[in-house]
Amino acid sequence: MVCFNMYIFNRNGVCLHYSEWSRPKNVKDGAGTLVDDAKMMFGLLFSLKNVCTAIDPTREVKRPLGAPTPHGEGCSFRSFTTDCYKLHYLDSPSGIKIVLNTSKDVGSLEKQMWVIYSSLYCEYIVKNPLYTVGEPFECEQFVQKLNKFVATLG
Amino acid sequence: MSSKAKGASPGGGDRINSELFTLTYGALVRHLLLDLESPEEVNKQLDKMGQNIGIRLVDDFLAKTNTGRCRNFREAAKTIAETGFRMFLGCSAKVTQIDDKECKMVLSENPLTDFVELPEKLQPLSYCSLLCGVIRGALEQISMKVECEISKDPLKGDERFELHMRLVEYVNEEYPFKDD
Repeated sequence: MVCFNMYIFNRNGVCLHYSEWSRPKNVKDGAGTLVDDAKMMFGLLFSLKNVCTAIDPTREVKRPLGAPTPHGEGCSFRSFTTDCYKLHYLDSPSGIKIVLNTSKDVGSLEKQMWVIYSSLYCEYIVKNPLYTVGEPFECEQFVQKLNKFVATLG
Repeated sequence: MSSKAKGASPGGGDRINSELFTLTYGALVRHLLLDLESPEEVNKQLDKMGQNIGIRLVDDFLAKTNTGRCRNFREAAKTIAETGFRMFLGCSAKVTQIDDKECKMVLSENPLTDFVELPEKLQPLSYCSLLCGVIRGALEQISMKVECEISKDPLKGDERFELHMRLVEYVNEEYPFKDD
């Protein structure tokens, strides 16, 4: 298994963190810049979530596409696979969104995504008193632990 | 205030003596009184500090308890009272008089005020307004705007410690960028 890259967003679409382990196709050949790349990723997550909610067969009240989602409604997806890669997604109730792109030969990483959120993001970022909530971070300790953790996934 | 407060925190973690925690909070309030001079200003400052704590605390709470989304105000209030207070303050709380927009929370005990007596000239000081801020900040992160105030305070002669929480609005999730 190969881990390609990881994004952490907050509810406002700010890309708090970006890690890259292997990215055969350069950003320059795709979105152009990392900022645009992150924006596209966030847009994809947001729209996909909206589509998932719109076609949800279990809910009686259908929401039209594009309408703002009221609190507590809407559903979230966990992952999707293309013929080239697999995207794993975790959406915490506090609006933190973690995206991990891996090769497609891997099963469910739900538990591992939760570990990234609870034992890495919460411990090393949120609890760091010098970190301003809502701003991008580059925390050495976090990156180290993350690299270690990702290495154990394969 | 962190998970280090005394009490049964489901997620484990290091614990410190609850007296140290209580005294530290006391020292903080004392210092604010010295710095800001007016008790009203101190109330505001404590509330603001609480809010900043709440904004962070909510992630810690979610990570440790693995709570799913609270779909409405009732669920959120119950979760705070039953799990939140026990986890971070080491005391339990009961929700009373709850409806869709308002509720009251009664704390069984309040470790913050263990050694506190409010002197006459500091009557306007609301010693625990930090707690209100924490609740407001935490709920703000899960898209609920609430107002919270201390409705009964033993330091001011009431029998028990009671918080009054009122829902202002649910915040919709909207696309944060403008379409190009």
